[in-house]
Amino acid sequence: MGIDRREFIRIAGLSTLLGLSGKGAFELLRPGQVEAALEPQKGALEGKRWAMVVNMQKLDDATASKCSEACHRVHNVPDFHSPKDPKDALDPAVINRYEIKWLWAEHFHNAFPGEEQEMPEKIKTLPFLLLCNHCNNPPCVRVCPTKATFRRDDGIVMMDMHRCIGCRFCMAGCPYAARSFNWRDPRPFVKDVFPGYPTREIGVVEKCTFCAERLAQGLMPACVEASRGALVFGDLLDEKSKVRETLKKYFTIRRKTHLGTNPQVYYIV
Amino acid sequence: MADNNYKNEFGFFAERPKVEKKFYDRKKVIAGLVIFLALVTLPLWPNLGKTIPAPQRQLDTPVIQKMAEKDRQCLMPTEWMRANHMQMLVDWRDTVVRSQEQGAPSVREFVTPDGRKYLASLTNTCMDCHSNKVQFCDQCHNYAAVVPNCWGCHLETGKKLAEAK
Repeated sequence: MGIDRREFIRIAGLSTLLGLSGKGAFELLRPGQVEAALEPQKGALEGKRWAMVVNMQKLDDATASKCSEACHRVHNVPDFHSPKDPKDALDPAVINRYEIKWLWAEHFHNAFPGEEQEMPEKIKTLPFLLLCNHCNNPPCVRVCPTKATFRRDDGIVMMDMHRCIGCRFCMAGCPYAARSFNWRDPRPFVKDVFPGYPTREIGVVEKCTFCAERLAQGLMPACVEASRGALVFGDLLDEKSKVRETLKKYFTIRRKTHLGTNPQVYYIV
Repeated sequence: MADNNYKNEFGFFAERPKVEKKFYDRKKVIAGLVIFLALVTLPLWPNLGKTIPAPQRQLDTPVIQKMAEKDRQCLMPTEWMRANHMQMLVDWRDTVVRSQEQGAPSVREFVTPDGRKYLASLTNTCMDCHSNKVQFCDQCHNYAAVVPNCWGCHLETGKKLAEAK
């Protein structure tokens, strides 16, 4: 004879349970070896809310270009302005579109458009160092369809190049133009290849990462090291940090705060 | 007499209409089919009956030769690495890049089952010993016809991060 109704329901229920929790059961019996074996690294700089202060009173043109050179050197950022092969030179009409920049200098009216009338005349020719603002409310993260860009819990807006599909939604979302798209293969245009960091491929978006890879090694960001004290980096939620002390002492402005992205790069003017 | 009751949308017919069954252009069609099959299978002919030998890899790089005999071991047993290295690298990649997405601490170290610790990094750990990419990576990948895209971004120069500072 076949099974009766009671027996049938019991078997159906058990197999449903097994089906729903099948993978969990396997994990319990034989936990994943590889993932469990990864451990936190010691000696990394850790913060709750990383932030940067740019002291425009100390920053001159030479220092600003030194900072951005240091940044672009350690991140293998290509330079399309003076290619080795003259055939690769770009048309001046499109060179701005092709340019890759993580940290660069602009004058006040470009960095803070619409706020010129509020500021004294003397600051208008200063080289305002611009970079990704690592917003608390980052629009690039909201629009990314693959979560290639995401906000870490320490406030860094990070790029996962492995996931970027090059849709450039984030570039449309970012009001600070902090992101650049690789319209061409950047590797031939990297002057001195820095072995400690990868290059990028054609078709991905890149930007400043607050030197996440250097923080993990216990180092300050490259631009901060090159700035001779004009850039201050630290944990905003740590009351004793240098960033907090600087913010307590000076009046600072931030870029385009009316947009509500809550940028975390402060400028002392 | 089912055949006599043949029906279509216009009504009944006395007989099923007679259609002549004929294979038109038989010679041309068959010749065309033979030529088509020959062309499609053309790439297979040269290798018919041959066995392509597995690649002979030279894995003794200077770094490995310098090591004492007992230290010459990978993070995991060779057989395991051969079968699972791609999964391991993907796990490393996701964990190292994204561990802080949800509040986990920064993760960069890999601990083997017998307690040795390594930096979880393809270019700085794997390629440090296996510095010959052509022998160590490309030979097998070419043989198996897999094209991993690691090297579009990652650099082959297997220097340690510490040296690069």
